[in-house]
Amino acid sequence: MRKFFMPRKRKRRRTLNRSLQGDAAMMIFLFLMGLVMMFPIIIAVSNAFKPLSELFIFPPRFIVRHPTLENFKDVFRLMADSWVPFLRYIFNTVFTTLAGVSGHVIIASLAAYAFAKHRMPFGNALFGLVVTALMFSGYVTQIPNYLMMKNLGWLDSYFALIVPALASPLGLFLMKQFMEQLPDSILESARMDGASEWYIFWKMVMPNVKPAWLTLIIFAFQDLWNATGSTYIYSEELKTLPYALSQISAGSISRAGVSAAVSVLMMLVPLAVFIFSQSNIIETMSTSGIKE
Amino acid sequence: MESKGNRNRENRLTLSDYRKYFGIRRKELRRDFRKSRTGYLFIAPYYLLFTLFYIIPVGVSIFFGFTYFNVLEPPRFVGWQNYANLLFADDIFLTAVKNTLMFAILTGPVSYIASFLFAWLINELPGKLRAVMVVVFYAPSLSGQVYLVWNVMFSGDVYGYVNGLLMKFGIINTPIQWLTDSNYITPVLVMVVLWTSMSTGFLSFVAGLKGIDRTIIEAGCVDGLRNRWQELWYIVLPSMKPQLMFGAVMTITASFAIHDKLAALAGFPSVNYAAHTIVSHLIDYGSVRYEMGYASAIATILFLMMILCNKAVQFLLRKVGA
Repeated sequence: MRKFFMPRKRKRRRTLNRSLQGDAAMMIFLFLMGLVMMFPIIIAVSNAFKPLSELFIFPPRFIVRHPTLENFKDVFRLMADSWVPFLRYIFNTVFTTLAGVSGHVIIASLAAYAFAKHRMPFGNALFGLVVTALMFSGYVTQIPNYLMMKNLGWLDSYFALIVPALASPLGLFLMKQFMEQLPDSILESARMDGASEWYIFWKMVMPNVKPAWLTLIIFAFQDLWNATGSTYIYSEELKTLPYALSQISAGSISRAGVSAAVSVLMMLVPLAVFIFSQSNIIETMSTSGIKE
Repeated sequence: MESKGNRNRENRLTLSDYRKYFGIRRKELRRDFRKSRTGYLFIAPYYLLFTLFYIIPVGVSIFFGFTYFNVLEPPRFVGWQNYANLLFADDIFLTAVKNTLMFAILTGPVSYIASFLFAWLINELPGKLRAVMVVVFYAPSLSGQVYLVWNVMFSGDVYGYVNGLLMKFGIINTPIQWLTDSNYITPVLVMVVLWTSMSTGFLSFVAGLKGIDRTIIEAGCVDGLRNRWQELWYIVLPSMKPQLMFGAVMTITASFAIHDKLAALAGFPSVNYAAHTIVSHLIDYGSVRYEMGYASAIATILFLMMILCNKAVQFLLRKVGA
């Protein structure tokens, strides 16, 4: 099916307009910049393994010399001491992330299919509003959203975290752009054969936009995984993992190592998701352009 | 007389024409609506939520901008007062506007160009290595709270890495208060923001460059492109226009909304309000002082700034290669 929809281009090594010196200079530049980008992450990872005696020394030592797991053990020790069982914070974040991400993929894909493949009165205008929403950040709507949650009675509940994430404009936009390249002729012939729109959507469209799902998943995941939800959530037992961990790191200066361990642990999951789905994400992003 | 009657007849004719036209149009529209019922049903769940959490809030925010509202009492209409106060009586707001523009101008264009440049260089690498480099450059955006490590690097005591190194090599004698001295706050924060700014736009550029058809470039070489810069300017950039547009939207929106990282590193409020942006001001009045009307006016100004800047940049980008 995949081969049918998206023929792969033949790869060709280019030699035109390239000189060895030029290539070498640019690659050296690129790798130096790559090092600069990785440097803080390397330091954070290294700090996470430093014993207290190495964290505060003069002159500073960038790379750990006697790595220890003490900081990670401390994270778990502090977790065990927390008032609400720590598993609860983990559950809250995992639950809101899973519910938000899967709901977002389904709801955004449904709408994206109609925007991409159905001709409707005002369809373009409705989609235009979604594109406009890409142009302002969530801070603009923060206050009305708070009032909205209050009126809906969703303050201090999972809904306050999950439901707004379902309507993220970026996901709908990327999905619609990607679906547009599915050939109409196949959908049309399925309609001729009497397939319902619902069937076409689930059995023909969705299996062929898997790269776009993964892309929506990674973006929605990043948002929800890092959501502290502190504006909407008051009850300790509903608070999320990033909130709990930020409380641990905020402890004191002596927690510098623990804090590094926490942020390294939190980074691992999104990083793994990204590495795992990179080629699909790049495939989706190739259709991400805004056309005039 | 006769001509008048003629004109009248003509008028009547056009009027009924209009009627007929609109009658047909309406019938067509009704038929279109009926035919698109399934389409609307597919859109409905998303659009309901989108309306609730994006469209209505913008309208509500504009409305509350004209009121005094503290959540406890019902909103009271005050006209342009909030805006007048913001522009003429609130010095801190003007500082915030200045800081926002400064951060946007210092980080926006640089991160946009850097995203493109790195994506372009990465595109020259062979498959596996390219994938690794994409992760290397995108990792900071994925890293959540790892940016807090900059706190350790730039901390104001001798254990801060930067101070430690500078003192070890005898460049300075006393540690510099990087994050509390308003002379140093801005450059340090700009660096941190730039570090995390290779985000969605960067991925879009990587993908767009990968999708450029090699044969166009080969044809260009036949037509006399002599080096990679000409190739970039005459072929690569024009064929990347949609991605450049998307990247610009993502970059502009992000660079007007800088706050979290500044607050985490420089404190909130920061020394002399050196890292106080419009978003900081909005949060200060919205979530700390509960002056929702005033905060809504701030949000409305921020909204207009973002939309206008986006539209202006899109207008400029349309000219690239045109």
